[in-house]
Amino acid sequence: MTTTVQTTPITPPTTRRATLGGGGGGSPRRSTPARIPLQRLVTVELRKMFDTRSGFWLMASIVITSLLATAAIIVFAPDDQLTFDSFAAAIGAPMTVILPMVGILAVTSEWSQRSGLTTFTLVPHRGRVLGAKFLAATSVGIGSMFIALVVGVLGTVGGSAIAGVDPVWDVTAAHFALIVLGSVLGMLFGFMLGLLIRSSAGAIVTYFVVTLVLPPLLSLLAANQKWFADLRPWVDYTYAQGPLFDGRLSSQQWQHLGVAGSLWFLLPLAIGLLIVRRAEVK
Amino acid sequence: MLAMITVEALTKTYGRGMTAVDDVSFTAASGRVTGFLGPNGAGKSTTMRIMVGLTPATSGTATVGGRRFTELPNPGREVGVLLDASAQHAGRTGREILTLAQRTMGLPRTRVQEMLDLVSLTSEEADRRVRDYSLGMRQRLGIGTALLGDPHVLILDEPANGLDPAGIRWMRDLLRGFADGGGTVLLSSHLLHEIEVVADDLVVIGNGRIVAQGTKAELLAAAGTVARARDTAALEQAMRHAGLAFSAHADGSVHTDATPDQVGEAALSAHVVLTELRTADGAGLEEMFLELTADTQREGAAA
Repeated sequence: MTTTVQTTPITPPTTRRATLGGGGGGSPRRSTPARIPLQRLVTVELRKMFDTRSGFWLMASIVITSLLATAAIIVFAPDDQLTFDSFAAAIGAPMTVILPMVGILAVTSEWSQRSGLTTFTLVPHRGRVLGAKFLAATSVGIGSMFIALVVGVLGTVGGSAIAGVDPVWDVTAAHFALIVLGSVLGMLFGFMLGLLIRSSAGAIVTYFVVTLVLPPLLSLLAANQKWFADLRPWVDYTYAQGPLFDGRLSSQQWQHLGVAGSLWFLLPLAIGLLIVRRAEVK
Repeated sequence: MLAMITVEALTKTYGRGMTAVDDVSFTAASGRVTGFLGPNGAGKSTTMRIMVGLTPATSGTATVGGRRFTELPNPGREVGVLLDASAQHAGRTGREILTLAQRTMGLPRTRVQEMLDLVSLTSEEADRRVRDYSLGMRQRLGIGTALLGDPHVLILDEPANGLDPAGIRWMRDLLRGFADGGGTVLLSSHLLHEIEVVADDLVVIGNGRIVAQGTKAELLAAAGTVARARDTAALEQAMRHAGLAFSAHADGSVHTDATPDQVGEAALSAHVVLTELRTADGAGLEEMFLELTADTQREGAAA
């Protein structure tokens, strides 16, 4: 992506007396507009995530499912399990499904709904648009986790008060940070699939194949093949992300995450970016 | 008159040797409406997509005001683009689509309502989702999006599609006013008559190549002369004598590339009585255009 320093300002061919749009008497000299700042693109991309009915309900479902999960824990869990960790786990489960969908749709809707035709004409630098989408998706991911945190805290306080037990705070800030990281990585995995596949249905199906169908098959393989059992943490991205949600990673596990992540996230992301920069928006 | 849009030797080939755009060069001048005319599949849309940076060219350049579209810092403020009015998220309202563009360009919020008024979309319509829009309403919304940033260049692909006669008239007046105010308009169409009424200049494309371009007056004049005489054989003899190439038609008329002046003189010197002598008013252009259309249709049938 080239950053072009503004060279010669465009001068109007002739004096335009009136602007068509009724914007009043246009100035006879046109000033060169400033480059669109990235921050503005991020806010526009954020807005796009909420401004359709489906987008709105997808976002609303983050709040709704966390409330439902909290209620379910309060109603069904035995008193000794009314801990913050239980709430966090219950709220986190739907989140790990919804957030990747948000990541996928942020990218694919430009192609599936063909709105990219306008988007990429107003900003003819796809790298910038996708960068803005990346930042918008990540902030939604982090924001959702803080919503989950608040709901989880309220659930723990409320649940233990109802049951008449002391609230149990068994999740540290560091643990929470790792959970956020894990959720955001899941979301960005969806983002990457959206980039690579550029079709909502295709990317969503692929996401579920990779996260739901593949792991048990790999477990089976690992159980039967010694060589794969040793190799697995290095090449199975879902497996390597597991410890994030448990809140403790050894340096070896960080390395697993780094290697598997490079293989299944960074590499395809780079390929996806290369493809998207040339992919036609029909 | 200044060339605002300059397309130079633009070529786009796809795999398997398919050439969508073949060495296309033309300009569109400020203060004028340039019609980009060609049958469906001739390469109009591909050329326009390359111009706005949506499709990379295989070779050649396209510039607006001397710069490539992708070099413009905020393109919407300088070039209004409408390529496909239906290419919008069906779940967004018309107002929301304008708002997204207004925010992207960094314009005042009032601009959205101004555009809705300009393209005659009522508040009730603006708050409806685009999936419930007619094609005509989508075109109006698309025009509104293109004009939102108060650009001085418009690039519009088949903007009259789906508009009713009143809408077409409205669009024509709007584009005329835009050009008269010093703006540059490039609009494409596959209908000769639609473009003939509004364009000052014409660029005709067929099978990816430019087949004719010039001012409308030039192209219509280039259509030649139609003459009729009481004695057709005598007229033909006279024209042969004057060295004018012609073709005789079964209805007794004689068509030639020569001017009416030359034909009249040839007839006078041979004492042939003419019953009709006129320029072929666009019939040549129309014929050329029909030939192009027929070619692509044959290809379509064979494919």
